[in-house]
Amino acid sequence: MPASDYDSACLPDILPLYYRRLFPFSQYYRWLNYGGVQKNYFQNREFSFTLKDDIYVRYQSFTTQNELEKEMQKMNPYKIDIGAIYSHRPNQHNTVKSGTFQALEKELVFDIDMTDYDDVRSCCSAAEICPKCWTLMTIAIRVLDRALRDDFGFQHLLWVYSGRRGVHCWVCDEAARKLSVAARSAVAEYLSLVKGGDETMKKVVLSDPIHPFIKESLVVVERYFPLYALQDQDILGRKESVDKHLHVRKQLQQDFQNEKKPENRWNLLKDQAKRKQATSKKGQYFEKEIMLQYCYPRLDVNVSKGVNHLLKSPFSVHPKTGRISVPIDLKELETFDPFAVPTINMICEELDRPRTVEEEEKSEETNDKDNEKDAAESRKIRDYKRTSLAKYVKCFDQFLDVMARSWKGELLKKSDLQKDF
Amino acid sequence: MQFSSRTKKFTTNSQTELYSHPLLFYVQPPLENISLMEFETFAVERLKLLKTIENLGVSYVKLSDQYIKKLEAESKALNFLYRPEADDRKPLSGPTEQEKRRKDHISHFILRLAYCQTEDLRRWFIQQEVDLFRYRFNDLYPKQKLEFLHRNNLQYDTISVEEKKALHDKLVNSSYAFSGITVEDQDFYKVPFQDALDLVRLRKVYLKAGYVYIPHQEIVTIVLNDFRTRLSKALALTARSLPAVHSDERLQPLLNHLSHAYVGQDYSNQKNVGKISLEQIDSLSGKSFPLCMRQIHQSLRENHHLRHGGRMQYGLFLKGIGLSLEQALQFWRSEFIKGKVDADKSGSALGGVLHEAGSLVCDWHREKMGGSDAEREACRRKGDFDKAYAYSVRHMFGKEGKRTDYTPYSCMKVILSNAPSQGDHHGCPFRHSNPELLKQKLQVYKVSPSGIIQILELIKGMHYQLACQKYFELTHNVEEASFSLNHPNQYFIESQKVLAGGRDIKRETDAPQKPQENSTKAPSAAPEAAANTQDVAEMTEELDSFFQDA
Repeated sequence: MPASDYDSACLPDILPLYYRRLFPFSQYYRWLNYGGVQKNYFQNREFSFTLKDDIYVRYQSFTTQNELEKEMQKMNPYKIDIGAIYSHRPNQHNTVKSGTFQALEKELVFDIDMTDYDDVRSCCSAAEICPKCWTLMTIAIRVLDRALRDDFGFQHLLWVYSGRRGVHCWVCDEAARKLSVAARSAVAEYLSLVKGGDETMKKVVLSDPIHPFIKESLVVVERYFPLYALQDQDILGRKESVDKHLHVRKQLQQDFQNEKKPENRWNLLKDQAKRKQATSKKGQYFEKEIMLQYCYPRLDVNVSKGVNHLLKSPFSVHPKTGRISVPIDLKELETFDPFAVPTINMICEELDRPRTVEEEEKSEETNDKDNEKDAAESRKIRDYKRTSLAKYVKCFDQFLDVMARSWKGELLKKSDLQKDF
Repeated sequence: MQFSSRTKKFTTNSQTELYSHPLLFYVQPPLENISLMEFETFAVERLKLLKTIENLGVSYVKLSDQYIKKLEAESKALNFLYRPEADDRKPLSGPTEQEKRRKDHISHFILRLAYCQTEDLRRWFIQQEVDLFRYRFNDLYPKQKLEFLHRNNLQYDTISVEEKKALHDKLVNSSYAFSGITVEDQDFYKVPFQDALDLVRLRKVYLKAGYVYIPHQEIVTIVLNDFRTRLSKALALTARSLPAVHSDERLQPLLNHLSHAYVGQDYSNQKNVGKISLEQIDSLSGKSFPLCMRQIHQSLRENHHLRHGGRMQYGLFLKGIGLSLEQALQFWRSEFIKGKVDADKSGSALGGVLHEAGSLVCDWHREKMGGSDAEREACRRKGDFDKAYAYSVRHMFGKEGKRTDYTPYSCMKVILSNAPSQGDHHGCPFRHSNPELLKQKLQVYKVSPSGIIQILELIKGMHYQLACQKYFELTHNVEEASFSLNHPNQYFIESQKVLAGGRDIKRETDAPQKPQENSTKAPSAAPEAAANTQDVAEMTEELDSFFQDA
C-alpha cells in the first residue's frame, strides 16, 4: 500500500511537485471567489501557512489566482488553513487603523474528530482509526448533513476528509457565510446532543417531548447502531462497557447471564425501557439515550463559533499521514474508505508513470488545439487527471457547478440594479 | 419665554404614509417644527400616560380586562387612543387619528431626551414604553399585526391552516409549551432562524428549511425584545447628543422638569412612622444622614433657623425617615423657640431675621398665611410658631391646602433644581459647595485624605451621586456600597442596614413591603454596585436579560 511508503521527510522534495502540477488551483479559486458577486471577496480572504520547521505565518492574502499559485509554489507550505474574509486585505492589516480591521464573513464550519469519541469506541484511541470506528464518521455526516439541509435550509455543503482522524464540513451558502458569532454558536448548540466530559457518565438525557430534530437523528442512528455498536464495538458483550456505560440494572444483568447474543440482549434492554415508559417517566428513553451516546456526532462548538477561526484547507496535505484532504462524495459515503484516500507520494508516483497509448493519443489531439499559452495550463489540468486525485477534483467540480447557479442569479440581480441608473 | 407658533407641516404624503399604521417602532425621529407649547403639552401628556401604565402595572395583571379597560380610558382622556381603523373621519370632537398618531410619535421622542440621562430614568422609561407597546400590539387586528411586522422589516408570516395541520405533530413535539390546543388555537408565524437564536439554541421550537415556527404568544416576546433592545440602544445614543440639546435654553428647563416628575422610589411611605425619636436625630445625623442632610441639620442646630428651601428639603427628608407630623411639629417648634430666644438676646439678629423674612417664602405660603411678610416675621418674633411655620410643616404632611402628600426630594431634584443661594444651607454639598470648603468639612467629619481625593475626583467628573456614595463607603467602612444612590432617604435606610450589622443585606427583602416600589426597586436589586461605572453596552445587556418577563 502506498501509504506505508509515506514519510514526512519526503515532503520538502515532493511538495513542490504537488503544488506545481497537481494542486487544483483553478477550482480552488473558483470556489473562494464565489463567482465574483462580492467585490474583493478573494482578495480579503486570510490564509495561513505552516512552513518547514514549523514556521507559522498568518494573514496571507492574494489578489489573483496567479499570485496564489506563485506564492504557494514559492513557499511550499506543509499545511494550509483558510480563515475569514476581512474588511481589508489581511496582508496589509498592519497598515489599518487599529480596531477597524475585522473579520466579516466566513463559511460555517464543523469539525468532527474521532478522539472525541474515545470513551465510546473500544477498537482504537487517540489518533488511530479503523474501519470499525469509521462508521462513526459516516453517522456524523448523515445526521449533520440532513439537519443542515432540512432544518436550516442550507444547500451547499462540502464534506472533506481531514487526512487523519476526522471530517470537516464547509457550509458555503451566502446566508451561512454571513452568520454572526451568536448565530453560529446557536446552530452548533442546536446540533449538540452529547454533553459532558470524562466525569459525566450519562452524556445524553432525553425528556418529553422529543423534538422532531432528535427523532430524525435517531432514525439515522438506528440504521447503523446494530452493526456499529452491537457488533463491531460489542458494547453489550464486553463486561466493562456493560458495567461502566450502561448502568444496567441488576434485573437486566441477570437476564444477560442467560442471553449472550448482542442483538437479543439489546432487545431485552429495549423491552425494559418500554416497560418503564408505561409506568414512570424516568428511564423511558433509556435505549434511545444509549444509542445517541454511542453514535451521535460530537462536534467542537468552538470551531464553529468563531468567524475568524482558521480551518484546514481542502486539498492540503496532512503532514503526518501524507493523505490529501479530499472532498467526500456523499453518494458514495457507505463505501468511502479513509485508507484508500491518496497520499501525496502516491499521486506523485502516478505522475511519473509512463503514459499509456490512449493518453498519448488524447494529448496529441488536444495539443493541436491548444495555443502556446494554454499549453502549460492544459498540461497541468491533464496532470491531475492521470492520478487518483482525479475523482476527488471531479467531486469538487460538481459541488462548484451547483453553487455557480446561485451566483449567476446574484450577478443578474446586481446588473439589473445597476441598469436603473 | 418665547412661544413661536409656527407649525410647518411636513409633506403631507410622507406624513400620511408614516402615520398610516397605528403602531410605531419609533425608528425615525419626527422632522418638523412645532411650537414650544405643543412640545410641552405632548410631553407632559405622554408622561401622564406612562405613569398611569406604571401604576396599573402594579395593581393589575398586565393585559387583564381591568388593566386594558383602565388604560384605554386614560389613553382616551389624554387623546392618545388609537382606534385600529386608519380612517381619517373627523371625529365629533377632539383630534383626528392622524393627529393622535403624530402626537404619539413626537411625544415619544421628546421623552427620550428627558429620560436618557441616567440609568434609572432609562430603565423606567424603557419599562413603561415596553408595557405601552405590548398593550397596543395586543390591541391590533391580526392583519395589522402582520402589516406592522412587515413594515418594520420583521419578515414574519403566518402559516396557513393547512400547513399547520400538516405540521401539527411536529409543532406539538417541538416544545413543552405547545399542546395540541395551543397549536390549534393560535396563529403560527414563520420566522428566519437568525431572528430567534435563543429558541434555536435551546431547541425549543420547530425548525424547517431555515425557518422557525413560533406561536403568536412567542412572537410578541420576540417583537418586544426587539423593541426593548432598539430603545435601549437609542437612549444610549441620545444621551450622547444631550449637551447639544441642553444648550437650547428653551428646552433645558422643560426637560429637567419632565424627568423630575418621575424619580422612582418615593420614600414617602409612612410605614416606618414613629420609629425614630427626636432624641435620636442628633446622633443619627452624624451616623446615617447623607452629607446634605447632615449639613442642614448642623446649620439648623447652630442657627436655629432654616430658610424655606432648607426646610423643605430637610423637613421632607425627616418625614421620609419616619418622623410623624406631631414629632415634626415638636422638632421645628423647639428650634424655633431657641431661635427666638437667641433673637431676643441679640438685637442685631433682628436685622438679619427681617431680611430673611422678606425672601424665600413662596407665594402660596404668603397667600395662605395671609398678611404680609413683615406680619409673619412679627409673629415669629412674638414666638407664634403656629402662624409662622406650623402651616408649612403641616402642608408638607399633606394636611393642608392641596393635601398632596409631598414626597422627599431625590438626589436628582436636590442637585438640579434646589440650588442654594447666599445664606442657604440646602442643596447637594458635592454639587453646590466650593471644593475647598467641602474638603475642610470632610476633614472635620474624619474622612481619610485619600478618600477625600477620590471624592474630589468624582466631583470633577460631575458624578455627584457617586461622590456621595463614596462618602457612604468611607464613613461606613464598606468596600463597595451595595446600592446605587439616588435618594437621601435611600442613603439613610442603607446606612441603618449596615449599622444594624448586616452587610450585603439583599434588597429583595425590602421589595415585598412596598408594592409601588416593586416595579422600580426590583431591577436595582441586581448585585452590581455603582452601575454608572459600567459600560452602557453591558448595562443594556443586563437590563435586557433582566426584563425577559413579557
